[in-house]
Amino acid sequence: MAQAYSPGLTVTKSIVLKKDRILPLKGKVLVKKGDKVKAEDVVAETLLPGKVVPFNLANKLSVPAEMLGQYLKVKAGDKLKKGQVMAETNGFFGFFKTSVKSPLDGEIENISKLTGQMLLREPKIPIQVKAFIDGIIVEVIKEEGVIIENKSAYIQGIFGLSGERSGEIKMLASTPEEIIKPSQIDDTCKDKVIVCGSLISYNVIKKAQKVGVSGIISGGIDDKDLKKLLGYNIGVAITGHEKIGLTIVITEGFGMIKMANNTFNLLKSFEGHKASIHGITQIRAGVMRPEIIIPIEFKKDELKAEEAKMATLEVGTTIRVIRQPNFGLIGKVTGLPEKLTKVESETMVRILEAELENGKKVTIPRANVEVIEE
Amino acid sequence: MGNTQKLKRIIATDCGSTTTKSILIEYVDGEYRQTVRGEAPTTVEKPLNDVTRGVVNAVTELEELARLKYNDNSIKFIKDEAIWLSEKDGEGVDAYVSTSSAGGGLQMMVTGVVAKMTGESAERAALGAGAIVMDLIASNDKRANYEKIERIRQLRPDMILMAGGVDGGTTKHVAELAELVGAADPKPRLGSSYKLPVIYAGNIAAQDIIKETLGNKTDLIITENLRPILERENLGPARDKIHDLFMEHVMAQAPGYNKLMSWTKGPINGKLVNIPIMPTPAAVGNIMQTIAKINNIEVLGVDIGGATTDVFSVFTEDKVFNRTVSANLGMSYSISNVLATAGLKNILRWVPFDIDESELLNMIKNKMIRPTTIPQKLEELVLEQAIAKEALRYAFIQHKEFAVGLKGGQKKREIADAFAQSVSGASIVNMMSLDLLVGSGGVMSHAPRRNQSVMMLIDAFLPEGITRLAVDSIFMMPQLGVLAEISEKAATEVFEKDCLIYLGSCVAPVGTMKPGKTALIAKLELPNGEVFEESIPFGEVRLMPCGVGETAKATLKPGKGLDIGAGKNQEISCELHGGVVGIVLDTRGRRPFSLPVETSERVPLLKKWMKEFDVYPEEIL
Repeated sequence: MAQAYSPGLTVTKSIVLKKDRILPLKGKVLVKKGDKVKAEDVVAETLLPGKVVPFNLANKLSVPAEMLGQYLKVKAGDKLKKGQVMAETNGFFGFFKTSVKSPLDGEIENISKLTGQMLLREPKIPIQVKAFIDGIIVEVIKEEGVIIENKSAYIQGIFGLSGERSGEIKMLASTPEEIIKPSQIDDTCKDKVIVCGSLISYNVIKKAQKVGVSGIISGGIDDKDLKKLLGYNIGVAITGHEKIGLTIVITEGFGMIKMANNTFNLLKSFEGHKASIHGITQIRAGVMRPEIIIPIEFKKDELKAEEAKMATLEVGTTIRVIRQPNFGLIGKVTGLPEKLTKVESETMVRILEAELENGKKVTIPRANVEVIEE
Repeated sequence: MGNTQKLKRIIATDCGSTTTKSILIEYVDGEYRQTVRGEAPTTVEKPLNDVTRGVVNAVTELEELARLKYNDNSIKFIKDEAIWLSEKDGEGVDAYVSTSSAGGGLQMMVTGVVAKMTGESAERAALGAGAIVMDLIASNDKRANYEKIERIRQLRPDMILMAGGVDGGTTKHVAELAELVGAADPKPRLGSSYKLPVIYAGNIAAQDIIKETLGNKTDLIITENLRPILERENLGPARDKIHDLFMEHVMAQAPGYNKLMSWTKGPINGKLVNIPIMPTPAAVGNIMQTIAKINNIEVLGVDIGGATTDVFSVFTEDKVFNRTVSANLGMSYSISNVLATAGLKNILRWVPFDIDESELLNMIKNKMIRPTTIPQKLEELVLEQAIAKEALRYAFIQHKEFAVGLKGGQKKREIADAFAQSVSGASIVNMMSLDLLVGSGGVMSHAPRRNQSVMMLIDAFLPEGITRLAVDSIFMMPQLGVLAEISEKAATEVFEKDCLIYLGSCVAPVGTMKPGKTALIAKLELPNGEVFEESIPFGEVRLMPCGVGETAKATLKPGKGLDIGAGKNQEISCELHGGVVGIVLDTRGRRPFSLPVETSERVPLLKKWMKEFDVYPEEIL
């Protein structure tokens, strides 16, 4: 059967999860296969090469590039101290010497005899990769990183901001429709991952930043508030690098949208548990969505990841509407007519018939639903 | 066996960043026709992470629809989870070809000595090969060297094209650029296990220096200089190398492509051989140039996709081809960037009703995060088409700035040039001499009414004088571009019969005047025998019926000071081509075309035009 619909976001109370934790370049892995790690543990580290600083040595020395060789006091690969003499002319009988000193601590990458240009490299910058989730190291990729496995309750968000953080889950909303007020965020929310309902306002985010909240999970957010928060309009959905002091995971979309019941209930059932979350979103090549990972107890033999499969769209399948009208509502498929059908916008599309949670019977373009796996 | 076998059934797919589109081409009654089409979401996303799943889904849809069409359940295109290529008659298909822009397409960085000279030539070569140019690094681009190195390190392109220096010219600047690239030690975007491919197409005298500097650090390929002398470009060899590397390196790294590459096969000289996957824009460029050459016309084409908008043009007597990619203007992934680029005001100026601003902003962002959805509500369709006009307009501005004559050369000046005051480096895009404007891409090809495509093309591109308009019916130009590799006959036949849908012609006098004054005196002898005659005031639109393959004999006299191609105030007698929409007489003015700023003035005007264009159902206007 044809599958002209979007694969839904995963929301599940138990999944075997594998996470690659890889260094940006080769380095040292600090753990071994079989080790149990906590989210905060550093599993690998490396030294990132420092910034390259071009330096026109021949120019500074006022000699032609091809003559540079005879005045050099250093060579490619040498370590440098700031102020160290790198080249010096002979002058007249030892007088009127011109010398050029290193502008930085670091090392010499290259000296070109053709252009007279030197490439200096600043000292290396240490980079660490943390485990991000509690789990077991199942594989060590030599000099690159590790693969960590665990069993978790797992929720994929649709859009997020800022990078990896963890904290205890705290329910602020009592229903998935509720809109949280800034006054509800107090000191008890510090370092927590707070769960809000259908919308978070700019003021709520500001208050959360002030209190020191670790993460916010919400059904929706207004684009206007997002722009106010970041100070710019997001043009292409590539996020995760925002420096806003907390992580935001949006589960449904933009505007006021009730959080899906199963997402809300799942979070509620894990109140007080530790969650690892990130807001990294990339809706282009190699799609990435924000994640909420809540590690649960498991036995070693339970760690068998199921093969990824595409959910099928059939009569009886639970779906979520992902575009107006009825955006955000959940329903069950009641029919899948094969023929192209004209919808209100006069577009001819493949549709499905569904009964929504509010009892309404509707027809929806198949492209405008997501399958919810149960 | 197989030697005399005719291609009877061909499947072609285009794996876009959002959707994988499949078409079935069949040999029916002595000619090739496109008979069935299907589509499915592209599956480079986790958890599937395998482009072939989307291909199988899109081809399964073809299979189902073909079975329905021919009422024959034995039709089978998929066998063992792959496309079934069979040399046996009536079984599977005879050939399968594909293009791809999934995974963000081909992303390149180019370098040149002078940004506006060799840099621009390198950019043209990369764009012509179907790439997105992430950045142009030039010796004179005003950034400090350390900034250039940082930039190269950050970008992680799929490959780098290095140009610079005419043959025998200075080697110093080229050497310096190579040192910068070497210092940045860039890593390829996909996969860290292979070296970054670098193509050198600059001064031949610097080849040894380049080998010395980059030979060990990168996968260096040396080819002919793409600007051997300032007066001439030689882009072919560099483009060919880009295509080879795209297949060998980039595609091979993308999820599932190794498998897909083993599927694309067709018979050449009776033998089933591999047909390389082409970057989508390169395939479109192929087909566009073919139309321009066969019909001896100037063509402007646009493909507005989810992530990017490509503009292709073939202008001047020499049929100079240009392509630009507006990497962040598109209708789904990049829709929010259209808003950021054009601004809310520019989008809303095309909307004939009031809308709550924050509702519109949220709608745009929701489309960005769920890029495969389609407008079900009429209002949302109108809004998407308003956004499309701005995306197209900005992509066209970028194209005009890029499609220019070669800079820096000594241009032979002829008497005509002296009068036209043409300078080296001026845009060669001339809307007055343009013959054919072709639109494609989802928002254009899937518009529920063809009249909407006409309106979007005219409002965004503002054609001048007399211009024919067409759309690529279901955006099969990419598939036909790659199909031409195995059968030019099949590609051109399908192109003429099924691909282009002629919408009609647009007549637009250039210049401006006060509203109410006569801008065009038109007399049209329509194919149904009726004669249309009107002195059309400035600021109006008329739509005349004139079907596909029909023409109307026209006498057109522009208003005082206006021009429709023969010069100011000059009358023209000609034949106007019809199409599925008809002939548009547009007296809203050009250079400038302007809309009232006040909503109370603009909305009634938009409604009037939209009614005349018959673009939307009455209830919304």
